[in-house]
Amino acid sequence: MDSLVDKIKSGYLWDFPGGVFPPERKSLSNSQSIKQLELANEYIVPVKQHIGHAANVIVELGQLVKKGQPLTELQGPMELPVHAPTSGEVIAIEPRMAAHPSGLSELAVVIKPDGEDTWYEKKPTPNYLALSKVELLDKLKQAGISGLGGASFPTYVKQSNSQPIELLIINGVECEPYITADDMLMREYATEIVSGIEIFTHLLQPKLVVIAIENNKPEAIAAIEQACQGKSQFVVRAIPTKYPAGGEKQLIQVITGQEVPSHGITADIGIITQNVGTAFAAYKAIVQGEPLIERVVTVTGEQIKSPANVWARIGTPVSHLLAAQEYQALKRPRIIMGGPMMGFTLHGSQVPVSKITNCVLAPSEKALPRAENEQACIRCGYCADACPASLLPQQLYWHSKAKEYEKAQDYKLFDCIECGACAYVCPSEIPLVQYYRIAKADIKAEQVEQEKAEKAKERFNARNERLEREKQERLEKHKKAAESRKQSMAKDPSAQDKVAAALARVQAKKKSSPETDQTDKTQTTEPANAAKAKAAAAIARAKAKRAAAAQEATAVETAEKQANNQESADQQTQTDSLTPAQIRAKAIAAKAKAKQAAKESMTESEQAPKNANSEKSTEAQADEPSADEQLTPAQIRAKAIAAKVKAKQQAKTQNSESADSPDNAEAKTNTEFQEDKVPTDEKLTPAQAKAKAIAAKIKAKQQAQSVETKSPEVENEPNTEKNMKDHQTPDAELTEAELRQQRVKAAIAKAKAKKESLGDK
Amino acid sequence: MNFRVSSSPHNRTQRKTSDVMLAVSLACIPGILTQVWFFGIGVLVQIALAIAAAICAEAICLRQRNRSLTQLKDNTALLTGLLLGICLPPLAPWWVAIIGAAFAIIIAKQIYGGLGQNLFNPAMAGYVVLLVSFPVAMTLWLPPVNLIEYELSAWDMILVIFTGYSDQGYSLAQFRTSLDGFTMATPLDAIKTGLSNQQTYQEIIQQSIFSNDLGIGWMQVNLAYLLGGLWLLQRKIINWHIPLTFIVTLFLLCLFSYLAAPGSIAGPWIQITSGATMFAAFFILTDPVSASTTAKGRILYAALIAFLVFIIRNWGGYPEAVAFAVLLANMCVPLIDYYTKPRTYGHVKG
Repeated sequence: MDSLVDKIKSGYLWDFPGGVFPPERKSLSNSQSIKQLELANEYIVPVKQHIGHAANVIVELGQLVKKGQPLTELQGPMELPVHAPTSGEVIAIEPRMAAHPSGLSELAVVIKPDGEDTWYEKKPTPNYLALSKVELLDKLKQAGISGLGGASFPTYVKQSNSQPIELLIINGVECEPYITADDMLMREYATEIVSGIEIFTHLLQPKLVVIAIENNKPEAIAAIEQACQGKSQFVVRAIPTKYPAGGEKQLIQVITGQEVPSHGITADIGIITQNVGTAFAAYKAIVQGEPLIERVVTVTGEQIKSPANVWARIGTPVSHLLAAQEYQALKRPRIIMGGPMMGFTLHGSQVPVSKITNCVLAPSEKALPRAENEQACIRCGYCADACPASLLPQQLYWHSKAKEYEKAQDYKLFDCIECGACAYVCPSEIPLVQYYRIAKADIKAEQVEQEKAEKAKERFNARNERLEREKQERLEKHKKAAESRKQSMAKDPSAQDKVAAALARVQAKKKSSPETDQTDKTQTTEPANAAKAKAAAAIARAKAKRAAAAQEATAVETAEKQANNQESADQQTQTDSLTPAQIRAKAIAAKAKAKQAAKESMTESEQAPKNANSEKSTEAQADEPSADEQLTPAQIRAKAIAAKVKAKQQAKTQNSESADSPDNAEAKTNTEFQEDKVPTDEKLTPAQAKAKAIAAKIKAKQQAQSVETKSPEVENEPNTEKNMKDHQTPDAELTEAELRQQRVKAAIAKAKAKKESLGDK
Repeated sequence: MNFRVSSSPHNRTQRKTSDVMLAVSLACIPGILTQVWFFGIGVLVQIALAIAAAICAEAICLRQRNRSLTQLKDNTALLTGLLLGICLPPLAPWWVAIIGAAFAIIIAKQIYGGLGQNLFNPAMAGYVVLLVSFPVAMTLWLPPVNLIEYELSAWDMILVIFTGYSDQGYSLAQFRTSLDGFTMATPLDAIKTGLSNQQTYQEIIQQSIFSNDLGIGWMQVNLAYLLGGLWLLQRKIINWHIPLTFIVTLFLLCLFSYLAAPGSIAGPWIQITSGATMFAAFFILTDPVSASTTAKGRILYAALIAFLVFIIRNWGGYPEAVAFAVLLANMCVPLIDYYTKPRTYGHVKG
């Protein structure tokens, strides 16, 4: 870059490809100095005159405003205020026809001047070097300064660029025919412009400032050169007259030989460009404290009797300018805002002057003839030769016309700067730029549509994802809960083995009961028993599930059922094969098992004789010297524990359903009793009560009762078995085995209850 | 007030398609005059016939396609007829020009969709059709007027064109015999015939139709077209890419091969001043519709034609090769255009 700066300093100039040489016709308007105009009848100040967003209107209808008073207030980024061009009354805040090719209306503040033209408040800061960068930028922003060259890009944004800037190019090229606004400004306000540029250099700290002026403006060049004398950092460069040398990209190419990357900005290559008019406006804003309320406008054209440059307040209706310079109307007037190459025709003369209005052109039909009929393209390629961006306008035209927009984009449609050079040279008078504009607008509209569709799709997907995620989270939560329960179960000392052992013992006892008393572990039958038990448990589970599916409300019951089923399955492997069948047949026979526990404990106290009787026979067979006294405590204990376990299970299932808390509390106390191994009637009773309470909760009470009536028959066997077991093994051992067994069962029941409750959810 | 609204740019060059076509036609005038000088009034008759036929055919086609006849004012049919007429032998029968022009306009241009849509250069398409269909009529070139044994008046020429015989009853074959008794036509013809008869190039150019190693008449005609072409360049109606590339490439190819085999190949100077070389370089190859439209493409296109001309002239069956070479290159234009897109501003090369 340093060598580049040196090369620029040495006076080397590059060239850009293409370009055209339309008749300049600048002499029409550059012969007299910039005129001051009388006040117009009203000023129409569009709220948004720059690239970005409109600020909020802060004045009210009927409010009296002073010259330079802000009409809008900044709220966000890329906003610029507009100011009252003179003192007067706000007579309307409504959409008015804007300075736009479409002729559409935009919100504007309409001010009726009071003729006083009194200033609001000026805050001049001649010693702006004392200000911080932020303060300076804010001043530029509050003064509403935007690029006056054409794009109306907020100047403070450009100036607050964070990339290192090597080169500041001040654009005084003014390559459009007819226009002499910048020319005259440079001639008359060279010192002010240079002061304005110094504000920019203060902000950007570039290595070099190049003030580029087309060589058809010798007076302007001389004036600026004089103003720059003694400033080694400033270079005034006269560049060859060729349209569109004043285009930002082309000017950079001419001055530096570099190209702004496609879709990039000039700062990407360390360059910032500003128009001379912007520099002047910055000077006014900072040094004199005047916001941007007026600019130089060239009023020219063959239909203007006294073409000249005028100081036009922002918001001045074009009709006022035309009247002041004696416009000779045609039958069908054609007023162009801007130059003949890139300007746009107005839809009416009430359009106001905006910040970027540099020219109001009223050409004669002869000077700028209307386009005749479009003819067929003869592929002459003049357009490609004229294109400053090295595009193939012909191919762009074909694809744009045929609405083959993808291909048009392949041919870099969006690198077109719409300078109009191609259409200017086209011998077939094809309005090429118009085709490109339509294509660009269509593509942009398409993109907006696509974005909308994308967003809608995204929203839809996001919603689906959210629902799915929530579902997953729920499942995950439940899974975790189940896991934690499993873990807490696993904490129990190797329950499974002991359960199996206990089972085997019971099995062995049962088998051996008719014959002789066998010692507990018959290892050969153990695996078989375990398998059987598992199968039975599985069947019971399946059943339980079915039942659960049938009724949500029976979740508690099923848990209970399962526990009971397992219990019964574990305890009576052979008779179980019958019992599950019965259960299956009745579908709610599981309840019978639930009742079983209750019954068991009940039989202890109420049906003791009956039990004793049946037990007696088995006992006798078992050769055990059994006494009622001995039997009863053991029985009671076993039953108490069974009841406790059940109660616990129920409590758990109830927990998950957040059922009665007293029951839970009691159930807990019951579990404690398990450890205590002190089965007393007092403690039994609550357990029983609980079991019963839950049993009572079962909806189909009648069914339950019918089962109950049957249950004794079924239960007798397990009872006897238990009894047998009870007195065959030492009390402590028995209770331990049973305990484990029941604990396992309880855990399984818990898990199941959880699973079901999950399924319900 | 009803404002007139239009899209920018509001300014246009005043050079229309019709102006461009007219300018090209005008630029042919020096060449045509020289041709008339050396080969008689027949040249003008052929041109007039071809132009008339071309415009009639265009009018009929436009009418059939429900297009406005004002399109005739674009001067493209005029130019097509003119270019074809220039290529025809001066004493070719009248129907040759009419068939050629009708084919050029109807088949090569309008069937493809009219102006701007044709793949092939219409004049060359018409010429090739004639050359293939009527080889005898299309080789009825005369020796330069001052070398003709029997003097031909303008009236004689017209009679020959329309009836086949002159006032005195001489047939075409008699006119074509030069003073030294050779029946020959163009220098390129003579060279081709001579080389195929085992003569060396040096022997061939001793013939009377050559002077100072250059073809009498044809050299002047070529220079006249060069003059017209330079005027077009100066007016920026054509750019330099195609003519310069074509001439330089052809010259270099001929130069190298001549240096390699001086006896069996025509020299570079006679090659670029004979036949249709200059006329093709400035007036045929530069037809905007059928030529490449990118700068690089134009260079490729012209170089390709020069190469084909070189090949066909020296090893092909025809003494002149421009028409075939142009048509072959026309076919490559879409491909050339596609691969020679210029680098757009702000885009990295490639």
